Amino acid sequence: MSVASTTVTGLYDRLKEEVEAGRPVAVATVVRGEPLGAKVLVLPQEVLGSLGDATLDEEVVADARRLLVAERSETRPYSVVGREVGVEVFVEVHPPPPTLLIFGAVHVAQALTRFAKALGFRVVVTDARAKLATQERFPDADEIIQAWPDDALEQIAVQPNTYVAILTHDPKFDEPALLGTLDTPAPYIGAVGSRGTTRDRRRRLLEAGVPEEHLRRIHGPIGLDIGAETPEEMAISILAEIIAARHGRSGGPLTAASGPIRGPADVPPLDVDADGPIISGETDGAG
Amino acid sequence: MPEIDAWRAGGSRVALATVIKVEGSAPRPVGAVMAVSSGGDLTGSVSGGCVETAVFEEAQDVLKTGTPKLLRYGITDEMAWDVGLACGGTIEVFVEALPE
Repeated sequence: MSVASTTVTGLYDRLKEEVEAGRPVAVATVVRGEPLGAKVLVLPQEVLGSLGDATLDEEVVADARRLLVAERSETRPYSVVGREVGVEVFVEVHPPPPTLLIFGAVHVAQALTRFAKALGFRVVVTDARAKLATQERFPDADEIIQAWPDDALEQIAVQPNTYVAILTHDPKFDEPALLGTLDTPAPYIGAVGSRGTTRDRRRRLLEAGVPEEHLRRIHGPIGLDIGAETPEEMAISILAEIIAARHGRSGGPLTAASGPIRGPADVPPLDVDADGPIISGETDGAG
Repeated sequence: MPEIDAWRAGGSRVALATVIKVEGSAPRPVGAVMAVSSGGDLTGSVSGGCVETAVFEEAQDVLKTGTPKLLRYGITDEMAWDVGLACGGTIEVFVEALPE
């Protein structure tokens, strides 16, 4: 049984380095057949290691790149030229972590930052108020930007994996934040506010010329319907809604649903790959 | 897993057990990882607690021999009496030693 041990050491260190830096990387391992345990590391511009056959390497690397875009780890069978028995290769993907962008360095944002970090999000907190947007109040935040929403948005690239929570509770902050993010590929935009506040905001944004389909993207009042009262409960309610949005789920109780209980509602076939993550235009759900 | 670095710094060798395939219902998805040290430590999970003990023993063996193993657990398994999955699915777990 041949295991390429010398190169594997370098691969493991490199994998760890890439994952810790939040850069996309996939690792493919022979899990059935020979050479058992052989690995390749697949980076955007680079491939390290080998599964012992150049054609197999090529096929696996191409699949690994597609799986990385689809954010899906999976084991696939491959035939190997000149061999009667093929191999099975496990491709483990490590996409960059999602970002949670919080407008409003308020009390709820503190709990939200703490819990989002535990869920693996990169957290960026922004607020114009110097008293609130501080390192002391947000020791877990990856980045704190003390600025008005327009200026903050010039410093942040909102990506298809950037989730937005607008918690300022003040139209002079939260409306620029909404106007600045509704036109981005953010898959989730939630805005705090009572039902009354939400109605008034909607009317003002419509009057300001924001198209109806953009307004439909706003999750407001923010969060799932769990009766959240404390900042910690509100943070759970918001994160639960974000997780549901991430998986294309509505967020109700599992007793009221059918089908698989984990992961995306629909797993699209890998070969019909889109150019990037799908942007959800849905705003309904339990909230 | 921050524990892994600490174990290695303490001189232990480490094996990783990864869920590489799931058929039917299973408590943890593909990609779930459990790490085991030669000193007897355990972190993470590959099921809801049903097969962790068995995987721990297999991982100790992998650490001794250096040879990776592919394990398969399911309710239909002959080992179902003691280490089957309660939820009726089948999982495959790949166990390998981390390079020293």
